Amino acid sequence: MEFGKGKREKSQTGRKNRQKRLAGDDRNKAYKHRLQFYSIPPTENISLSEFEEMAINRLKVLKQVENIGIKFVKGRNDYNDVMEKELRKLMPIAVSQHHKDEDDYDAKRKDHISHFILRLAYCRSEELRRWFIAQELDLFRFRFLQENKESITSFLQANDLHYKPISEEEKTDKARKFSNSSYGINESVVTHMDFYKVPFTEALDLVKGRKVYLEKGFAYVPHNDLVSIVVSAFRAHLSHALALTARAVPSLEEDNRLLPMLTNISKQYLGEDYSNKNSKTGSIALEDIDSLAKTAYPLCMRQLHSALREDHHLKHGGRQQYGLFLKGIGLTMEQALKFWRTEFSKKMDGDKFEKQYAYNIRHSFGKEGKRVNYTPYSCMKIIMGTQPGPGDYHGCPFRHTDVKLLKQRLASYKIPAQGIEQIADLVKGYHYQLACTKYFELTHNIDKDEVSGLSLQHPNQYFDASMDIQSGKLKESKGGRFSQGNNASGTYNSQRSSGTQSSSQSQMSNTQQSANTSTATIVDEEGWDNFTGEDMEKLDSSVAMDTS
Amino acid sequence: MVTARAMSEEKTEVVRPSYSPDELPEYLPVYYKRLFPYGLYYRWLNYGGVQKNYFCNREFSFTLKDDVYIRYQSFSDQQEMEKQIQRQCPYKIDIGAVFSHKPKDHKTVKPTAFQALEKELVFDIDMTDYDDVRSCCQGADICANCWPLMRMAIKIVDAALGEDFGFEHRLWVYSGRRGVHCWVADEAARKLSQNARSAVAEYLSVVKGGENKLRKVHLPENIHPSIVRAIGIVGQYFDDYALEKQDILGDKDSWQKALAVIPDDKLRECAMKIMEEKKNSKERWYSFKKEHQALLNGDANIRKSRHCLQEIALQYCYPRLDVNVSKGINHLLKSPFCVHPKTGRVCVPIDPAHVDSFDPFKVPDINQLCQEIDEYDRKNKPEITEGDQPPPKKRMKDYKKTSLLESIEVFEKFVTKMEKQWKGKLLEISDQKGDF
Ligand code: SF4
Ligand SMILES: [Zn+2]
Repeated sequence: MEFGKGKREKSQTGRKNRQKRLAGDDRNKAYKHRLQFYSIPPTENISLSEFEEMAINRLKVLKQVENIGIKFVKGRNDYNDVMEKELRKLMPIAVSQHHKDEDDYDAKRKDHISHFILRLAYCRSEELRRWFIAQELDLFRFRFLQENKESITSFLQANDLHYKPISEEEKTDKARKFSNSSYGINESVVTHMDFYKVPFTEALDLVKGRKVYLEKGFAYVPHNDLVSIVVSAFRAHLSHALALTARAVPSLEEDNRLLPMLTNISKQYLGEDYSNKNSKTGSIALEDIDSLAKTAYPLCMRQLHSALREDHHLKHGGRQQYGLFLKGIGLTMEQALKFWRTEFSKKMDGDKFEKQYAYNIRHSFGKEGKRVNYTPYSCMKIIMGTQPGPGDYHGCPFRHTDVKLLKQRLASYKIPAQGIEQIADLVKGYHYQLACTKYFELTHNIDKDEVSGLSLQHPNQYFDASMDIQSGKLKESKGGRFSQGNNASGTYNSQRSSGTQSSSQSQMSNTQQSANTSTATIVDEEGWDNFTGEDMEKLDSSVAMDTS
Repeated sequence: MVTARAMSEEKTEVVRPSYSPDELPEYLPVYYKRLFPYGLYYRWLNYGGVQKNYFCNREFSFTLKDDVYIRYQSFSDQQEMEKQIQRQCPYKIDIGAVFSHKPKDHKTVKPTAFQALEKELVFDIDMTDYDDVRSCCQGADICANCWPLMRMAIKIVDAALGEDFGFEHRLWVYSGRRGVHCWVADEAARKLSQNARSAVAEYLSVVKGGENKLRKVHLPENIHPSIVRAIGIVGQYFDDYALEKQDILGDKDSWQKALAVIPDDKLRECAMKIMEEKKNSKERWYSFKKEHQALLNGDANIRKSRHCLQEIALQYCYPRLDVNVSKGINHLLKSPFCVHPKTGRVCVPIDPAHVDSFDPFKVPDINQLCQEIDEYDRKNKPEITEGDQPPPKKRMKDYKKTSLLESIEVFEKFVTKMEKQWKGKLLEISDQKGDF
């Protein structure tokens, strides 16, 4: 199994020289630190079954990391406690504090190899890469923060990350500015803390939140926030590596044992991606949309729909979020074009619509440009994505609405006062998806027990569930529909298709297909140096056209 | 110079019929033939030839008559660009990224290989994003009462880009209608990743939250130095702009809206009372400020609202960037020196040092410019003598005959400042080579 930049010939010739596991001194040299930066791909041979086992284990870890991140605010005590508890079971090396290198070798090796296996499985589309990076970063951050000062120093050294503290004079000079810029640090603390001067591009997380002092292109990062620079270096490293892997993966596809396995692994997180459901396409009539918006839409989409009906326009973020959702509920491209045209042309002439927006709609159906089939946004993406600004209606109402306004709106939808309070409490605890679930239950007359295990992750999932309930289907598949995502092996996808054997196969080949197209396009809005979402931005560029 | 220009403009304004979009096709050929500053424009986008193929791998897109939109244009040099622009007479030119290959060949390259590599860091500030805090106009309209928003925006963003991010080469451009653009051309800025671009844009965004948030500005207990600076700039304009021109506390509806962002109920009620008692925005604001100050020292609850006056001021005045535009390396943005088809005004550079004297309504429009050339030529017609000689070689550049002159000088300043740096760089390289 070759993990690196991957030429087949190389892997064949190199195979002979490769060692099995290491023994003795070599073991200590192989892994200098418990925490890894994963710079060097593993070179040993492993069996297919070990390969699979490692992959599944790490997947369980990442899945858990994701779930905990949804339920708790990252970095807070409850988050740390649960992380610690769960990781202790799944990946002890991520929490164990004692150093016994000899004992740790196997754990380190597993950590190392399993990470690289998942890289292979998750490099294949933008959505997968994004997910993988997000979870790996959270895991890394959590682990980094557990280390003490000496351990961190040795980790940095082992990985050639050199940060030098600024001089005392410079620090005294800027103490005031530092304390006003850095979170929770007052001037007296400044004197006792090291500050590192780095190019601002290495501290983007801090820059983004205005949590660091900037001067002439440099960020002055307090020791407390060192994690943020290291994590961002890790992010850059990982996204670059994934891009390279993505390019190399097609050569793997000749190996027909590996490919189905990888595909299967990568499917585990997404479950349904709602982009390509031939079975549903065309099942919705445009005339029904207004009533569906009231009965079957989650709040985020309902809000976009009514804003669109009122203003006959939506800004970029809203068009993206709502447009892809509509695709996911089964509108055909022709229906979508008609839908948007009818509304927009109330405010602009039809010609302008054709020129500026029709392309984008066809594009989002994969009918223009690089023919990438864009997937509807998940709750995570909506909640964590670009915050709505003035004039925007996108986002998640549970996350992006003043609680007062939210309560008013819920009341106007005739949600009982007690329910409103429950929702508001969930919102205040940052449990947006749980709040949305509560809203679902209240509007669909479900008592709590009936859907225990409900785990809402996608607006389209909300819609489908609502449709099923409305058509009385829920009783057959009671509960099952919602249990997506709590274990690593069960996916929403496979549960939907339970009962029909052939469908799992066709889904498999489907995914292969989409995996093929996605290796051809490296698209990411987040962190792809030099790899831009060319087509996504074609969308943006026509947005630029209607400004000014 | 400035007064001469203003005067001549007043004069022409009397005789000149105002621009109408139908005339664009008639004037554009003249404009592109005689006025568009190709030379400087090329010197800018070629960046001293420091990086190979930088100009010819740059994407331009044209919008032609009837909104026909063509992407992936590219030119091998200044000459070809001139020729193409003059031939097609685009209603609008957009500048895109520098790609890995010539954009016009993009169909012949594998899609994965054709990649946007670099672009200036750009910002787009548009008056429509301020609709909830403008009482004078909505949408695409602007007037003297809301234009100060753009002045504040330029000053605040420009200062941050320079002092915080260390970017030196910033070109501000009037968008021709209702907003401004900024092009940051430093090498480091052109090389920024998408992630870094959004981080910079986020750093510069203070007013957050969509139509479902009343309070859009949240200041932490310690205010970040860059926000302190912004508050200082807003402060220079606030009385005249917010309290006079916009009259943000002028009547009950207005002040209820402004005060709704105060989180503390008690404080808000106290503010409401002051509003009723006083008789205009200015008095209301300053009495409340005084009262707030006094309350701060006592009540611990109110301490949570300690920055509420600044928050109100920022919500009404702080620049609102279109983050999507800044984020993408591959996002196209309207080029400087385009003509806005609706207003006929040229997208002229703005000198941030003189932003207060920039008046969008005084920006020359295309028919005015064309008339100015004609007029100049008529007045300065060379005497025709016997034995007619060929026209003198050193003809005066046409833009010098018009009110575009000043804007082109701003542009030139921007370009030559960069050129100095390239020269330094090239010298450095040759010095190193010559070093035995
Ligand atoms: S939780 Fe998800 S489905 Fe519900 S409103 Fe928010 S984004 Fe929409
Ligand atoms: Zn106005």
